[in-house]
Amino acid sequence: MSAIKYIKDIFGAVKSLLVGMKHTGYYFTHHKEIITQNYPEEKQQLAERFRGEVVMTHDSNNEHKCTGCTACELACPNGTIKIVTKFEQTPEGKKKKAIDKFVYHLELCTMCNLCVVACPTDAIKMDQAFEHSVFDRSQLTKVLNKPGSKIMEGVE
Amino acid sequence: MQNQTDILSTAQKVSPFGGDLEGASGDMIINIGPQHPSTHGVLQLVVTLNGETIKKVEPHLGFIHRSIEKMCESLTYRQFIYVTSRMDYLSSHINNHGCALCVEKGMQIEVPERAKVIRVLMDELTRIASHELWWGAMAMDLGAFTPFFLSFRERETITDIMEDTCGARLTMNYIVPGGVMAELHPDFQKKVKAFIKLFREKADQYNELVTGNIIFQSRMKNVGVLSKEDAISYGCTGPTARGSGVNCDIRKLYPYEVYDKLKFDEVIETGCDSFSRYLVRVKEMYQSISIIEQLIDNIPEGDFQAKTKAVLKLPKGEFYTRVETARGELGVYIVSEGATTPYRIKFRSPGFSNLSALNHMAKGGKIGDLVAMMGTLDLVIPDIDR
Repeated sequence: MSAIKYIKDIFGAVKSLLVGMKHTGYYFTHHKEIITQNYPEEKQQLAERFRGEVVMTHDSNNEHKCTGCTACELACPNGTIKIVTKFEQTPEGKKKKAIDKFVYHLELCTMCNLCVVACPTDAIKMDQAFEHSVFDRSQLTKVLNKPGSKIMEGVE
Repeated sequence: MQNQTDILSTAQKVSPFGGDLEGASGDMIINIGPQHPSTHGVLQLVVTLNGETIKKVEPHLGFIHRSIEKMCESLTYRQFIYVTSRMDYLSSHINNHGCALCVEKGMQIEVPERAKVIRVLMDELTRIASHELWWGAMAMDLGAFTPFFLSFRERETITDIMEDTCGARLTMNYIVPGGVMAELHPDFQKKVKAFIKLFREKADQYNELVTGNIIFQSRMKNVGVLSKEDAISYGCTGPTARGSGVNCDIRKLYPYEVYDKLKFDEVIETGCDSFSRYLVRVKEMYQSISIIEQLIDNIPEGDFQAKTKAVLKLPKGEFYTRVETARGELGVYIVSEGATTPYRIKFRSPGFSNLSALNHMAKGGKIGDLVAMMGTLDLVIPDIDR
């Protein structure tokens, strides 16, 4: 009896291997099912919501919406954002708080999106750029508000 | 000269872990890891061998300990959720879910129906993605290379869905206390349906290629036997325990969100060996697909997030919730003193208890089978160390 079982096992083994090899043969003859991508040459269109880095939106008049309320700074778990404020003189002669520098430490950021959710005026958003490698670490500390920019009118 | 060789041989024989490297018993101690591909991360195993037979396996942990529990104590209840994605990174969404549930339990926040359904959908997609990756890695541990690419091809579809809606592919951070962070992507339902169709087509290939393979079966059957009693006493959960016939699916035993309204089977195999643990995971993928099919056309309308206060403060007390991750039971235990940050957080991670059964399973087995046993435990080292 054991001899029959032995031969049965061998045939069963050959059959199971052939079933597996069928798929190998299928992919060998169907080149169109190739899913790899030649990355630096071909780049995939990233999703709209993909979180690559934090940016501040500016309009054509170089105006942003950040009031300097530090809601994002408080919401950030890693201390990525640091807001430096200054006092500006309004035309009526009053002093008004405004941002001087919106410092963003990309090297600390984990792209958790909590700052964007916390922002009451939608001043910051997530951008799709993800190729962040640089030679010097200090280049990763960025100031997000553009030079000479000021707050959009009507945003409180 | 004679003296010198004596010193040298004594030095070689003394192991850094106390015992003799090659003592009178003829035992040999070898290190696997921490930089070994089959350990799936930085895990060091000190294996005592007699010939090829394993006498003892001693896992040395702590290479990727980041003190996440301590870190959470300095973060607010909104912030600490994102850190837990870094524990069990393959089921990061379910980790976040457990933490959010615990905060909601303390705050007594009523989560909208829509958010509940979205959370469950995402949970099951994560579970499939995790099992897909495990399946490829499992086959690769045993020397088959093609399954790894096949499983990653299907997993890619899920990560694309995640990227569309959550904004990230692995560490999603989509769940916030009170609901989810953003509305579903308009293409979500279409893409998930396309994935279900693709999965049903391709999953049979998986079974033909690997499950039915005679070499695979003979390396898995009767290897790494863990009896039902042992699985319970070592605290194993998830597919590892269900492969030994233990009823331990938290989704069935203590249903959270909408799991009590869904029809799905708790997959239980009674083979107690590596192969039954393998089968549990493969069958669980089909169960998750069936859960997604039930929900995808029935997402209720409404808000995706409950209105919560800007600053969350849990009342004084202790809160515990548990969820079923892809690896087993994750418990989240929060002690609150009434402040904005937790006083103490403890995570009961499934990987740690599952790993503790490895020594028992491997004893008496062969060193070549050790990798197969570790593969079926589905170890994620950051989950074990935290």
